Amino acid sequence: MELTRRDALAALAATGSAVGGGVLAGRYGAPTAESAPESEPTHSSASLSTPLLDLLDGVAEVLYPSDVEGRRAFVETYVLGRIDDRPSYRAGMDEAAAQLDALARDWEDAAYATLDVETRDRLLRGIGVETADPVPDGTLTERVRFYLVNDLLFAFYASPTGGRLVGIENPIGHPGGIESYQRESMSDAAATPGEQADDG
Amino acid sequence: MAEQSDGGVGDGTDRTPAARADVCVVGAGPAGALVAHRLAAAGADVVVLEAGPRFDVDRRREQQEAVIRPGMGDPWEMGGPRDAYTTGGRGYPLNAARVKGIGGSTLHWQGMVMRLHERDFEMQTRHGVGADWPLSYADLQPYYAAAERAFGVAGAMDNPYAPPREEPFPLPAFPPSHSDSLFADACERLGIDMHSVPNARNSEPYDGRAACQGYGTCKPVCPSGAKYTAESHVRKAERAGARVVDHAPVQRLEHDDDDRVETAVYATPDGREHRQSARQFVIACGGVENARLLLLSASERYPEGLANSSGVVGRFFMDHLFAGAGGRLGEPTRQNHIGFNTSECHQFYDDSEPVEGLKLEFLNYAGPSPVMEALGADTWGDDLLEQLRDAYGTHVAIGALVEQLPDAENRVTLDPSERDDHGNPVPRVEWSLDGRTERAIEHANAIQHRILTELGAEVEWTVGPDATGPAYHQMGTTRMGSDPESSVVDADCRSHDLSNLWVLGSSTFPTGGAMNPTLTIAALSLRAADALEAAL
Repeated sequence: MELTRRDALAALAATGSAVGGGVLAGRYGAPTAESAPESEPTHSSASLSTPLLDLLDGVAEVLYPSDVEGRRAFVETYVLGRIDDRPSYRAGMDEAAAQLDALARDWEDAAYATLDVETRDRLLRGIGVETADPVPDGTLTERVRFYLVNDLLFAFYASPTGGRLVGIENPIGHPGGIESYQRESMSDAAATPGEQADDG
Repeated sequence: MAEQSDGGVGDGTDRTPAARADVCVVGAGPAGALVAHRLAAAGADVVVLEAGPRFDVDRRREQQEAVIRPGMGDPWEMGGPRDAYTTGGRGYPLNAARVKGIGGSTLHWQGMVMRLHERDFEMQTRHGVGADWPLSYADLQPYYAAAERAFGVAGAMDNPYAPPREEPFPLPAFPPSHSDSLFADACERLGIDMHSVPNARNSEPYDGRAACQGYGTCKPVCPSGAKYTAESHVRKAERAGARVVDHAPVQRLEHDDDDRVETAVYATPDGREHRQSARQFVIACGGVENARLLLLSASERYPEGLANSSGVVGRFFMDHLFAGAGGRLGEPTRQNHIGFNTSECHQFYDDSEPVEGLKLEFLNYAGPSPVMEALGADTWGDDLLEQLRDAYGTHVAIGALVEQLPDAENRVTLDPSERDDHGNPVPRVEWSLDGRTERAIEHANAIQHRILTELGAEVEWTVGPDATGPAYHQMGTTRMGSDPESSVVDADCRSHDLSNLWVLGSSTFPTGGAMNPTLTIAALSLRAADALEAAL
């Protein structure tokens, strides 16, 4: 199962993020009857450092099902969109990532991203993230749950590809049109709702 | 000229009073917005005072994220000292049940818009319960049609139990869901009729708003603008010249010696009070705050509260009760693609045993949404995927609204033991169910179980009399009637006591039926607008 850039943009559509103003305003924005035709995607003005992207991709590998491909590019596109023009969210994410990395260095003598996936999983569980409430201004565990774990899970399962793995091609948060709810079964991936956002 | 001030909001918008207006409207929900628009369009000088903020429509997808992701707070920012309340009896979750802001509770509503039935207007005459309305369905019928045009209602003429209507709906109905088709076979075998749902939601572009995009979060946030909110008519009112002031909670109304309201005293966040005078006053702030504002406006002449010589302001508080049952089938049911329903059944609505109205809703959002389930899960990776696959896909459910008849002991009062952010006593909501309401809920459950069993579903849960809760339709606290001794307003929604005071909203309903109330709120408001215009 391959995650695509389209999946990342679809997940961003559920967040109100401004990346690719053209594509998001045109395809996923709150349109009016006079909405302009879709335009091509543009790029975010935000940037991610390689170490931060490494860490986020390392967390995503723990969180996502094991047979996912295209994960790193998906995470990069999604997170760039997520933090664009949202400095406080970026600061929260940066801080949670830095503290998780510091914890890895304390406990495992290595950067989080360089640990094997089992150790990364164990470290998250070791601080109680799997049962923590997501709290943006809470403890380290609660912030890791909010800024890293839940954000990346949200990106994955609010995208059509993530939804399809569970059996729903138009997951909540995704503007997948008003055709899929009428169907008896999932449509082919080639006709995903993300490509039919103007239906109905 | 008085110095301008934004009232401490920090946005530079002037919130000082305007010159004496023709009409001052308190509350910018659907009732206030429709009246403000109609009167401004007719040339009246209109000022609207709204307690809550103006929510930026460009942030609606961020608000949607807050709905899906735990830990991001209430997208409509309800709660805190501004909205403090107390409750008694069964208890009422007031701040989950309303929104303060431009658009009012249509910001978070689901958007189901049915007309009341003819019998709802004469429950005392027909069945010896509740109270008759001082107007009939026929009186309201043209205003129902106008309300449907204002909202852009998507519906079909396929409901054999609906009251007479004069014209098709403005927009075509949303097609039935796959799960509706599963229910249809079972219902047909049982002799139960299903039909479409009138939705205040664009099935195609209408009135400058988009068609539904299928975000799936209609209640409480529609990012596409397809769901009607009263922001639409606030914008129209402003274009017609109305002045709309947000962050301006009205503290009390003051009257002169001739039984006319003269001034609305409102506060701004900087703590200052301002005085807006007008020739006519409309209060339209919801089923609890309408009563509270009248009680807060007690004077020497009206010591029990303004417009309350009958003593019934605050009494007869009602809501609709939710009854439901659900389970799982042995096949995919395709739930949670959209956040609204496409089929209902009004077949049992006019029954006399029990007499309480009842409507059935075939849900399109039974069971969990995978993304929301994932965000609350205590595992991840392949384990999470397996858990989600097990949790999602085969759920079915039937909901229902059940009528609650008026009871004077269910009421809104002032609670001086607690104060809001401006030092006013908070509202206290006393709300309980009686035995007959509980039996009506059990009756709904029995029908639901019959259908689910016929469908072949394993019933896993039932919301009956113990677990029931309100549908967030606050009604009855300023009831209308012909007799000033037993009602607050007349059929035009005009106060019996003060000739230039009008009270709009579901607080005027003498009985509530079992239909979602907003279309009736809108119809009554448009009717009141005609009377108000004539009074100017």
